Amino acid sequence: MKNKVQTKQKSKKLVKLFLSNLYISSFTFGGGFVIVTFMKHKYVDELKWLDDQEMLDLTALAQSSPGAIAVNAAILVGWRVCGFAGMLTAIIATILPPMVILSVISLFYEAFASNTYVALVLNGMQAGVAAVILDVVCSLGSNVVKEKSYVNIFVMLLAFLFTFFFKVNVIYIILAAAVIGICKEVVRRRKEMKS
Amino acid sequence: MIYIQLFFSFIQVGLFSIGGGYAAIPLIQSQVVDTHNWLTMKEFTDLITIAEMTPGPIAVNSATFVGIRIAGLSGAVIATLGCIFPSCIIVSLLAYVYYKYKSGSALQNILSCLRPAVVALIAAAGLSILNLVLFQGEKTALNNIDWIGGGIFLTAFILLRKWKWNPILTMSLCGVTGLILRLLLSAAAI
Repeated sequence: MKNKVQTKQKSKKLVKLFLSNLYISSFTFGGGFVIVTFMKHKYVDELKWLDDQEMLDLTALAQSSPGAIAVNAAILVGWRVCGFAGMLTAIIATILPPMVILSVISLFYEAFASNTYVALVLNGMQAGVAAVILDVVCSLGSNVVKEKSYVNIFVMLLAFLFTFFFKVNVIYIILAAAVIGICKEVVRRRKEMKS
Repeated sequence: MIYIQLFFSFIQVGLFSIGGGYAAIPLIQSQVVDTHNWLTMKEFTDLITIAEMTPGPIAVNSATFVGIRIAGLSGAVIATLGCIFPSCIIVSLLAYVYYKYKSGSALQNILSCLRPAVVALIAAAGLSILNLVLFQGEKTALNNIDWIGGGIFLTAFILLRKWKWNPILTMSLCGVTGLILRLLLSAAAI
């Protein structure tokens, strides 16, 4: 009896995961960070399947692995929510919309790429995308500041400076932050040994 | 034969593009244009334009587009599978490791430094897009500001921040508003 209830709950969750990812993937114009912000809205704020910190960890993993960030993030979220089945569901839901849209557009791509109306709508959407991303940044950034860890605030400012102004490759930023994290851990262990 | 070629070409794209869409573009070009001559440079440029105009990762978009032109719908499926195959293996291994050791204090400490860095990366991505919206690719100067784009951005930001509007709805409305405002403006100019 209990097993039956569990299977039913699981399949319900899978359907929800599939539809959510399908919806998110159909609307993520722009790079991988856009899909990550939409996922945060859906899976952290709305469905509460993950918390803020986990979402950031998954973003770091998705960003530093090879392949498209959207697909990587889908694999991670799917795995977390429903194991292997969740992973497959999330992947299919993520790649289906771009595949369908591109297949259709490939039939008349010249007309599409040079259409002024399409360009104007996309131009407006770009402003919306910037707003969505920066809104999420405000929430996540204020969480970092509230923790009152000076190392973390310093890492955040430095990482921003190097990516935005000096255009340093994202991978190096993540590696550098990991190295700082390892140093912090080593210092903590030394202190523990002494006391 | 062509299916195997497509599959392995896009495995390479998937495996070596670290850091998202823009890192994938030169790899796709070397496979699709230089090595296999599947597309001309002109077609490739069109493809990148379309990939940026449509939802979804650039690598998946290109795989579908190239696959369908070379070998029809089954080609599109095979190329896309090739392009996500490396991710599936590597990322699921990482997910396994992450969830196994997540609660350990060592990994927690390291991750606590990664999180603020990721926030900064997202901020930088957002600001680069905002820069594009405000100056439309022109020089960053006060007299170059595109007020329509800026106005739409500010309105959307307030709606999201203060009234917690749905992000996808907000974004779609921004697109429609942009179209209407610019059409009205060009009509007024005539």
